[in-house]
Amino acid sequence: MLLLTCPNCGLAVEETELAPGGEAHLKRFGPDSTADQFEEYLFLRDNAKGVHFERWRHAYGCGKWFLAARNTATLEVYGTYSAQTTEPPQHIRDEIARRTDR
Amino acid sequence: MSRRLKTGGRRIDRSRPVTFTFDGREMRGFAGDTVASALLANGQLVMGRSFKYHRPRSVVASGPEEPNALLSIGEGARFEPNQRATVQPLWDGLVARSQNAWPSLGFDVGRVNDYGSKFLPAGFYYKTFIHPRPLWKHVFEPFIRRAAGLGAAPTEADADTYAHRYAYYDTLVIGGGIAGLLAARAAAEAGDRVMLVERQGHWGGRAPTDGATIDGKPAAEWVNDTVQAIDAMDNVTTILRCEGSGVYDHGYILCTEGLTDHVAEKSGPRQRLWRVRAGRVVTATGAIERPLSFAGNDVPGVVLASALRDYVTEYGVSLGERTVIVTNNDDAYRTAKALLAAGLRVPAILDVRTGVDTPLVNEIKAMGVRVHAGRAIAKVHGDGQVTGISVCAQSGDGTVLQEIRCDCVAMSGGWSPVVHLWSHCGGKLWWDEARAMFRPDADHPPTGADGKGFVTFVGAASGALTAAEVLADVTDTIGGTVPVVEDTAEGPIQQVWTMPEGAPHKLRAKMWLDYQNDVKVSDVRLAAQEGFESVEHAKRYTTLGMATDQGKLSNINGLAVLADRLDTTIPQVGTTTFRPPYTPVTIGTLAGEARGVAFQPLRRTPIHDWHESHGAHWEPVGQWRRPYCFPRAGESHAEAVTREIRNTREKLGLLDASTLGKILVRGPDAGRFLDMLYTNMMSTLKPGKCRYGLMCDENGFLMDDGVVARIDDQTFLCHTTTGGAERIHGWMEDWLQCEWWNWKVHALNLTEQFAQIAVVGPKARIVLEKLGGMNVSADTLPFMTWADGTLGGFGVRVYRISFSGELSYEIAVPAGQGRALWDALITAGAEFDAMPYGTEALHVMRAEKGFIMIGDETDGTIIPQDLGLDWAISKKKDDFLGKRGQQRDEFQKADRWKLVGLETLDGSVLEDGAYAVVDGRNANGQRRTEGRVTSTYYSTTLDRGIAMGLVARGPARMGETVRFTRIGGEPVEARIVDPVFFDKDGEKQNV
Amino acid sequence: MSEVAVRAMGPVGMITLRGALETLAPAVEAVTGCAQPAQRLSTEANGRRAMWMSPDELMLVCDHAEAPGLASRLTDQLGDAFATIAVVSDARIVFELTGPGSASALASLMPVDFARLDPSEVRRTRMAQIPAAIWREGTAWRVMCFRSVAHYAEALLRGAVPA
Repeated sequence: MLLLTCPNCGLAVEETELAPGGEAHLKRFGPDSTADQFEEYLFLRDNAKGVHFERWRHAYGCGKWFLAARNTATLEVYGTYSAQTTEPPQHIRDEIARRTDR
Repeated sequence: MSRRLKTGGRRIDRSRPVTFTFDGREMRGFAGDTVASALLANGQLVMGRSFKYHRPRSVVASGPEEPNALLSIGEGARFEPNQRATVQPLWDGLVARSQNAWPSLGFDVGRVNDYGSKFLPAGFYYKTFIHPRPLWKHVFEPFIRRAAGLGAAPTEADADTYAHRYAYYDTLVIGGGIAGLLAARAAAEAGDRVMLVERQGHWGGRAPTDGATIDGKPAAEWVNDTVQAIDAMDNVTTILRCEGSGVYDHGYILCTEGLTDHVAEKSGPRQRLWRVRAGRVVTATGAIERPLSFAGNDVPGVVLASALRDYVTEYGVSLGERTVIVTNNDDAYRTAKALLAAGLRVPAILDVRTGVDTPLVNEIKAMGVRVHAGRAIAKVHGDGQVTGISVCAQSGDGTVLQEIRCDCVAMSGGWSPVVHLWSHCGGKLWWDEARAMFRPDADHPPTGADGKGFVTFVGAASGALTAAEVLADVTDTIGGTVPVVEDTAEGPIQQVWTMPEGAPHKLRAKMWLDYQNDVKVSDVRLAAQEGFESVEHAKRYTTLGMATDQGKLSNINGLAVLADRLDTTIPQVGTTTFRPPYTPVTIGTLAGEARGVAFQPLRRTPIHDWHESHGAHWEPVGQWRRPYCFPRAGESHAEAVTREIRNTREKLGLLDASTLGKILVRGPDAGRFLDMLYTNMMSTLKPGKCRYGLMCDENGFLMDDGVVARIDDQTFLCHTTTGGAERIHGWMEDWLQCEWWNWKVHALNLTEQFAQIAVVGPKARIVLEKLGGMNVSADTLPFMTWADGTLGGFGVRVYRISFSGELSYEIAVPAGQGRALWDALITAGAEFDAMPYGTEALHVMRAEKGFIMIGDETDGTIIPQDLGLDWAISKKKDDFLGKRGQQRDEFQKADRWKLVGLETLDGSVLEDGAYAVVDGRNANGQRRTEGRVTSTYYSTTLDRGIAMGLVARGPARMGETVRFTRIGGEPVEARIVDPVFFDKDGEKQNV
Repeated sequence: MSEVAVRAMGPVGMITLRGALETLAPAVEAVTGCAQPAQRLSTEANGRRAMWMSPDELMLVCDHAEAPGLASRLTDQLGDAFATIAVVSDARIVFELTGPGSASALASLMPVDFARLDPSEVRRTRMAQIPAAIWREGTAWRVMCFRSVAHYAEALLRGAVPA
């Protein structure tokens, strides 16, 4: 059972206190989008074996969403970060690079 | 015959006799006995029958790996089957019963399977019971299920309670033998918060039995001193009778603590499940001795050498008077020593090895025991108990060289470290050829959130064999000072898996690998021969390792036989996957507090108690319980619903609407936000007004509906469905936090702050006027408006909205006043025949009005346009959630199923979910359909069946007749009509 | 178990405040005397407790009767600032646990490391199957949960056994 640190309240909490939200950093496509764009937004997911960026809500705690960089194969967690961003921040990318390189 | 020895038994207290029964016979034991040791003390060697052949069986082990001695313990509400006699502590009054034997343990008709065993090889069920097919269900399966059961399932609800406990430690040490104790002490001295658990009721593991001197003291004394030292530290929690059950991701470990299983007095929880998070797990779980495979190795009296040592020294019981020891290693010689010390005879030791010249062997030889080098057991004689053995050369084909009379055989095939907990979460193993064991591979540990290993292993669990090795291993791994150990060095093991080496089929067919499931060497060889070469396949084909002991004794031996048959090596064959729990955990322990009223949270409104005391029949709506109806004495539910509807339509009904979601949406961008969430335009709603709105997901599918009230320029109150409040609030937060985080909007879920009561019917206004305090007239408070004020002294917010088609007010008060307001309305309404109504009346009335219900008319694939709700979808907005989804081609198709009303020609009520059928079959050979019923009721008001349904091109087919399925009958004809059945112009609600 | 006494408290005043904490805090201090609580912690003044609930949310626990008055003073104090004040006194109920086994009993129901809680910490967590928040009031523990599940919560707390 995963243990993730909610960056909003600073607590390392277990999975039962969290609600999963699927892949992170999706770009929303609205009414003017093409069928391909809309398909990409609504249905197509990386489903990566390895590094994955995903959404979690600290549902039983502060109620806030956050994002996690996690390895789906080893369950290693590279870091958690604010949901108010459109891409993984540099410190998370650096951490992934550092750890996947070893 | 087994018996209690005159002396000895470190675990038992001979001054405290205990009485228990076995199969109805009264027996005596001592405090400290296990059920197994007590049965042995009473001469009860046979304790069970095997699963398939019903062979008589006794204990083969002394610990949790025991495959044979499974008993039913307890009675009535405390009956539990399949308990291992070897780990079940004895208590006064304990009731034990044997299993899998009929009519009795001594005489079992199922034994006939054994005599026909050559006709019951591996895969027998798969091969035999396939044809003819119908016989499987009615003949074979019932027979097999009856014949092949273990204990019976309990018939009464469990009388015990169970507890959970969340716990957080830096280091969790599993196993309280000398390795675990030293590891816990070292970790604690280094400053860790430490939890140390031990499966048994005492500390020290095998060391005190096996005899070693640590720091100049006998092992038992060192154990006591170390436990005292640990207990004196306040950063260590120590728990006995607590087993490490499973190791899971990110340092999560389940441990199962027995609280009352060992005592007669059952007060408080029976077991506690420890839900531990640990930075580091140290497995000090010891090792398990392996049996040897020789013909007749399952005859009662054949026992693991270490287990026999335990019975003699720990419990003061023997399995027999004359014990032959058969071994491939030095450790079994310690058993000879223990037997001799207890005054028992050891007529021979058969050691497959030759030229062994080690201190232990020489010591035993010096005591006068004959050691036969290079010898093996060709066959064990006896049925209910060993009567003798035939000796052969290990290297031969089983030619008998000698017969030896004995009543007990102690065997040792070497030791397997208990690697289960290491492996649960992915720790890898390596095969140590010299020690003939799989050992944890320190380079490939289970990894945690930081990507680093979080499980380590010490002592015998790592493959260390002697006390000196064990303790040195701990200090290497954990730290601390190495104690000085005086121990006897051991010679090398010789790998022997079956004996003799060249045993013919006749002998192999009597060599048991998995005792409980009756899997023999011949079965595994047959599986290999038939192509089940993967270890996982062979396991499932033969059921090797699938018994309740999960292969603790059989797996390595089985792998070796498979490897031999496939002419490969054991590491090439590999092991099956170790999965939690280590030993079975009872469901009650996993459930913990979640029983009875605590099974699940049921949500109650502030008016719940009134409903309950007025006979409400409850309906679950999400986690809420809402009154379905309020039947009176002698009244059926249907009659109650009819009465409630009629009364509401003609006079006055009261509905507890507190469960409706109430979400406050506030901020400068609140209007813009709601325009995105609802399909309608909400930003144009005027303060003081209400508007019905629809919410869709990004697929365009309708997910919730409700009335939105604009409170002021920046504030809206959004009503959701009963089940939708938390989900919709979460949906709002998701968009606010993750997509439009710069928008200035707050969303507060105020659902539980308010009780809400719908006052419905022609007399609704009069009763509110009677309560008095605010103007609720049609002019001041017209339909689809709201106002704050007071009624009968309550500070209220009144919404003039209707879900029934009647004149209706929904009145919100703080939840704490909900019951008082309800009482006031009941009292004030009495003269107008006010009556409460439930959810079914609500449903019928809304259906009479053609109002849709989320979950009835919608099922996650329905867009609002399917339901004729185009009027609630703004054409002016560039964007809203679901708009793009609704533009997809699929939803533009002309033959899409759309909402219509349905009236049966004969007035009957359609079946819920019935399909509209047309002639012909589809590509799958199924009947073709053109629609389905989504809501169907008997309409009290119209005195006929009415329904809503989705029908292909439905709105364009008004007046047409379609046919709907009826289970077990002919299709029913129904006419397509307008879904608004009653008061089409809304005159009743708009007065 | 005799080591723990469980008591359902009567009505407790509660006010939810949403907004930037630097916006909310001065108003809270001015109206209640409670200083701005740090992340996950709470502050106390005049029998009121200001709790950190999330990065943009505080909860004020006070006397039930004074909650509406405090809420309107807070609303006035905040003026045009982007903030939302709501009286939520009736949405939740509070239990009090007293006795030496209280924390241990709670640890049977919630995944919380009690040894690492700050004395003024307000821990929002999962109590068996429902959301709950706990904090210390002197030597007692307070447990807050939604009103609709009070019956379930009380059954949990009365059945909880210290380890």
